[in-house]
Amino acid sequence: MSEKPVRAPEPVFDSGLVPYPNRLRAFWGGWRDAVGLPAAVLFSSTLGFGSIASKADYPLSLAVLSVFTIWGLPGQIAMVELFAVGASILPIAVAAAGANARFLPMTVSLLPLFRGSFRSWNWTYLMAHLISINTWIALTRRGPSLPLDQRPHYFVGFSLLCMFAGAAGTALGYLLAGALPRTLTLGLVFLSPIYFLMVFSGVRERGGVLAVLLGAVAGPLLHMTSPEWGVPATGFLAGTAAFLLDRKAFGRG
Amino acid sequence: MDEATPLTALIAASAATYVWRGAGAAFAARIGVGGAAFEWFSCVAYAMLAALIARIILLPSNILAEMPLVDRVGATVLGLVVFFALKRHVVAGTLAGVFAFVALAYARELGWL
Repeated sequence: MSEKPVRAPEPVFDSGLVPYPNRLRAFWGGWRDAVGLPAAVLFSSTLGFGSIASKADYPLSLAVLSVFTIWGLPGQIAMVELFAVGASILPIAVAAAGANARFLPMTVSLLPLFRGSFRSWNWTYLMAHLISINTWIALTRRGPSLPLDQRPHYFVGFSLLCMFAGAAGTALGYLLAGALPRTLTLGLVFLSPIYFLMVFSGVRERGGVLAVLLGAVAGPLLHMTSPEWGVPATGFLAGTAAFLLDRKAFGRG
Repeated sequence: MDEATPLTALIAASAATYVWRGAGAAFAARIGVGGAAFEWFSCVAYAMLAALIARIILLPSNILAEMPLVDRVGATVLGLVVFFALKRHVVAGTLAGVFAFVALAYARELGWL
């Protein structure tokens, strides 16, 4: 008697990943997984932010604090740049919102991995604060292979190490502003976009591939029409187009 | 309105960023995994992240803008070639792209290009 294969409730992208023995090990497992390219990417891109903050005469302590309270580099950069030109808080809030709008869809698509992880959904409002491109990628990949009760620990461990790397990068970038050789700075700043480009080039589900391709083409075009809202608008338009193509044109759903 | 102080700027930008996260958590509580709404949000997230990365490489606003477009695109393409040639090896592709970019920057500094 052959049973129909049961469809896994959530996709497991990397096979061969096994759960940790307990939640504490899951925390340190996440911490350790962040060591390497994720931390290096955070460190190098925040070096650039630290140097911008220094040139804007934004205080070092608050620049470092912004890594933990904003935790979204484009918004941090927008804040510091507008502060430097003497903007008031409303334009700063609007610019930071535009630069960090990606957190809405990212949060919606990540948090369901925590369904059943907590007694109260309110805890996911805390998890939402830890989301960044790096941590989103990490949990999307590793989360499905972990039991529900280990996912928050893994995620917090991974996120904390990334935040510390970002804080260290910001401080060092601030103190070394202008002192690093130009070619080295260029390489460090280029690391982050190229790394994420590779990660997203590795996406395999059809809807995701379509969204990445359409977004990459439309993003720069819409950015030229609106530097502040071009990227979020692209996400909305190209994402919707990819979703409809995936469902309709390829006869699914 | 008055100019923002460093602290009020930080509070404003932090709150404005968290609004998206909080709204996302509220939405996520109401939609099912694998449903149409979930897939739509995932597609929007992928498209927005791809748009951001393409924007940073093609239309940078930071120090990357000091390098010509052809160098940024050339290094990116080389990284992608290595990435796919080595069966989607993220580390190899990333390092190839970054080293190519640094080599181009160095060559320009020396006046070879």
